[in-house]
Amino acid sequence: MSAAVEARDWGWRHAGRRGWAVRHLDLVLQAGERVLLLGPSGAGKSTLLAALAGLLRAPDSGDEEGTLRVDGGPAGDATGRAGLVFQDPSSSLVMGRVGDEVAFGLENLAVPVAQIWDRVAGSLAAVDFKYPLAHPTDRLSGGEQQRLAIADVVAVSPGLWLLDEPTANLDPDGSALVLATLRRVLDASAATLLLVEHRVAPVLDLVDRVVVLEPGGGVVADGCPTAVFARQGRALRAAGVWAPGPAPARLAPPRPAGPPVVVAEGVVVDYPLAEMPALDGVDVTAYGGQVLAVTGANGSGKSTLALVLASLLATSAGRVRFVAGGPARPYAKWRPRDLVRWVGTVFQEPEHQFVASTVAAELAVGPRRTGMAGDASARRVGELLDRLGLVALAEANPFTLSGGEKRRLSVATALATDPALLVLDEPTFGQDACTWDELAALLAEQRDAGRAVVVVTHDADLVGALADRQIRLSAGRLEPSYAPVG
Amino acid sequence: MPAIAAPLAGTRLGRFNPAAKLAGAAIVMVGLLVTADLVTASVLLGSELLALPLAGIPLRAVLSRAWPLPVAAAGVAVANLIASDASRATTAAISLRLLAIALPGVLVFASTDAVDLADSLVQQLHVPARFAYGALAALRLLPLLSAQWATIHRARRARGIDAGGSALSAVRLFVSAVYALLIAAIRHGTRLALAMDSRGFDSRGPRTTARIQRVRGADWALAGVVLAVAGGANALAVVLGTWHPLLG
Repeated sequence: MSAAVEARDWGWRHAGRRGWAVRHLDLVLQAGERVLLLGPSGAGKSTLLAALAGLLRAPDSGDEEGTLRVDGGPAGDATGRAGLVFQDPSSSLVMGRVGDEVAFGLENLAVPVAQIWDRVAGSLAAVDFKYPLAHPTDRLSGGEQQRLAIADVVAVSPGLWLLDEPTANLDPDGSALVLATLRRVLDASAATLLLVEHRVAPVLDLVDRVVVLEPGGGVVADGCPTAVFARQGRALRAAGVWAPGPAPARLAPPRPAGPPVVVAEGVVVDYPLAEMPALDGVDVTAYGGQVLAVTGANGSGKSTLALVLASLLATSAGRVRFVAGGPARPYAKWRPRDLVRWVGTVFQEPEHQFVASTVAAELAVGPRRTGMAGDASARRVGELLDRLGLVALAEANPFTLSGGEKRRLSVATALATDPALLVLDEPTFGQDACTWDELAALLAEQRDAGRAVVVVTHDADLVGALADRQIRLSAGRLEPSYAPVG
Repeated sequence: MPAIAAPLAGTRLGRFNPAAKLAGAAIVMVGLLVTADLVTASVLLGSELLALPLAGIPLRAVLSRAWPLPVAAAGVAVANLIASDASRATTAAISLRLLAIALPGVLVFASTDAVDLADSLVQQLHVPARFAYGALAALRLLPLLSAQWATIHRARRARGIDAGGSALSAVRLFVSAVYALLIAAIRHGTRLALAMDSRGFDSRGPRTTARIQRVRGADWALAGVVLAVAGGANALAVVLGTWHPLLG
């Protein structure tokens, strides 16, 4: 069974917002069509998916214009007709055990108990899940959790599949496995598919039609993928959409190493209650004037290494030395105000590092903590606002910025004290193509200014465009055979 | 690590119906709240301790989890003896009651898997599913939030922020970290609620439960025995003339 979707001059404004998330949308999906939905951030892709999943109900959750119908009925009544897979499995799985998780949707649809467990077993087999029903869901990797979320949808076999960037949070291996699973379960059903994904190339063979939305403008391109990308590829890339195409070019040839900045020797990190150490004897040096890329699967210890190199996490054994300056006491014991002078850290989620109520105040935090005088600090803030295109947002609250703006601000706060070492955890994660370009250029600029730049990333394009050296972690150890870039 | 561990779930006590166990703990509590005397408290606490081996629970497992209880009880006793003119018997009664009320509660939660508890609340006690499973899902966010708390503190160190030895700054810093955690909690909670609703949790229609929680003879027996012991303890106190009603 597959569902047809029909939007007629449809619009949605979230409660409490002034602007419309989607407006004047006309779109018809025939039953069984598989559609990739593209558009820059703010085009309303996720809003459309949420509405089709029955999650938006006027007037409680916002204002509606026009009509949005699934199989001829209002989308809000579509319980059980649509299945939605979210971007972040860690906050979308409901139950603590694999079997209960898949059963949850069936319980809500009042499926008789006698049928539930057969359907659970069948759905887990469909996604090739090997764990027993009682396996804890929080002991699964991100890719496994996402395959479990797919099994949740398979179990209720909806006529409409809605996928909201299902692989965005995953490492390349997990992402490939999730896409292969999706391909298999979609081929086994006749369901209609509406897929939102930033990275287009890997999902092209899942879809037979591409629809491009524009913020406030409804559908601006619609057709078979080859035709849409041939006609509009360039315009899409300029609007921030990751259209398929060659990988971004290298920004500069690999640089020779400058003086060492931070040296890790035999670093071991044990987390309490973990079965294995997160890092198990890692030696690495970051040099000035070079970008060091740290890659590896989820859970391989990449982010832990970033924290250790930035003196934000104590080692269980081994040591980390900062050799480019700074106080005489051991690096691990530096006071925060010394640390911020020498090291800039960019966290995966920008909000974590925001502490002030305006963008300008946020940028001034680091300089003021290092004791910079008021006027010097104001000058520095002005330069950064200018360089990062944030001038118009100087008085905005950091939490109200868009995803790309938050990312630029978090990098800017790390640069504010002119540090010798810059450590970034997945800086390009979830960013559209325009923000990606800006970030890559900005990091190249920092490298050329002589800073040591350490980037933890899954993003092969970023490594290709920027890394002067690459290390790869696997289960907390360096992969010795890994050939450095360049 | 599962979010909420129930280390005693594998014991004999763990096999009882969660609602029956809750009823047992409630009976003990009522039995001790109607009176404030040494006899009732000692008989009930003594029975609880004697029942431990029957329930398949080693004393050591209880002490390792519930050690703050005897410490708190002793603290209350000492405070009472020093600061008030209460008699030694009254003081002992207060401390023993505290222990006798708290111990069953600890045992119920340590021996009950959270999912079983939610199932049983819905099936036996007719708690609304939206509440029981909503709370259960929220429990799963706790480890996520504890990781966020660590990240918030690291982010502050990275931004150069510390209290610098001032108590006032330390308080201000703590408050702002709590605020950041609240924002994270709301965001995760909203996402989880959306995920649940997208799977039909918000439909007002009928709902089935995949895991059946049965009330067996043994569960009725458990409640009956607890009732008999609690009643007996009160009766003994009346006979001995120590029974001291709190109301009336």
